[in-house]
Amino acid sequence: MSTQLADVEVGTQAPAAEYGPLTTRMFVRYSGASGDLNPMHYDDAMARSAGYPSVFSQGMHVAALLAGYAVDWLGAENVRRFGVRFRDQVYPGDVLTCSGVVTAVQPGPEGRLVTVSLTAAVGGERTALMATADFLLPS
Amino acid sequence: MSEAAPVGARGAEFEVVVERGKIAEFAAAMQSEDPAYRGPDAIVPPTFLASAALWRPDEARVEVGFDRRRLLHGEQEYVFHGPPPRAGQELRAVERVEDRYSKPGKRGGEMNFCVVVTEFRDLDGVLVAEARGTFIERAAAPAAGGKS
Repeated sequence: MSTQLADVEVGTQAPAAEYGPLTTRMFVRYSGASGDLNPMHYDDAMARSAGYPSVFSQGMHVAALLAGYAVDWLGAENVRRFGVRFRDQVYPGDVLTCSGVVTAVQPGPEGRLVTVSLTAAVGGERTALMATADFLLPS
Repeated sequence: MSEAAPVGARGAEFEVVVERGKIAEFAAAMQSEDPAYRGPDAIVPPTFLASAALWRPDEARVEVGFDRRRLLHGEQEYVFHGPPPRAGQELRAVERVEDRYSKPGKRGGEMNFCVVVTEFRDLDGVLVAEARGTFIERAAAPAAGGKS
């Protein structure tokens, strides 16, 4: 994904991207990377006994995917804030569709502070995660 | 359920060393091939500091004090006061309770909120990043005739 950062303005949309189908293996990999060892994310029997249809992704795993999508768009070095709101569970087999749009651009001495709104939706409709982020782009 | 730490309570300071291998592992888990997350000069991905919990001893935790069966992680935010931290950087982290508030639950009772901030400073004491987690305790089920 490549974007002409100089052309970013309010309303500019990120090219949509898909992640998935997600697998339990991906959840396990995030468990190890983050240190979140909650068994609900890899022990199917335990997740079912707690009333879930199966294991489900860590909310922070989906947040990490959406963060990766955002930095692919506006640059890993440029991120200054990334905030997520957890909305719904994500299960093995789900495909996440990520989208993003610029909601504000504030010029400043160090560059343009670009605020974006981001969404990760399952099958393009059920919202799993919403985020807002700030990126400082060179003027 | 442990006793809840009041607003302003701070945990013990703990060390966090930003490691390139951990960054690469985290980037793989986020399905990112960005070269910014590889090699000796790797920077941290936006949500990488979630893994700082691996460095945190028990005494550094502030007690949210919510019933685990009703506990939700509602929101999580990372703020960087400059470019994201780099591999090799040594940070000092402190958790603090920033806010507590309640709202009426949709089916009666009260929902309780607790905002925990982790401050990450460099060895000169300069604040380089903050993690802000909002935790929610859902309203308890009605006492009489309610399902547990």
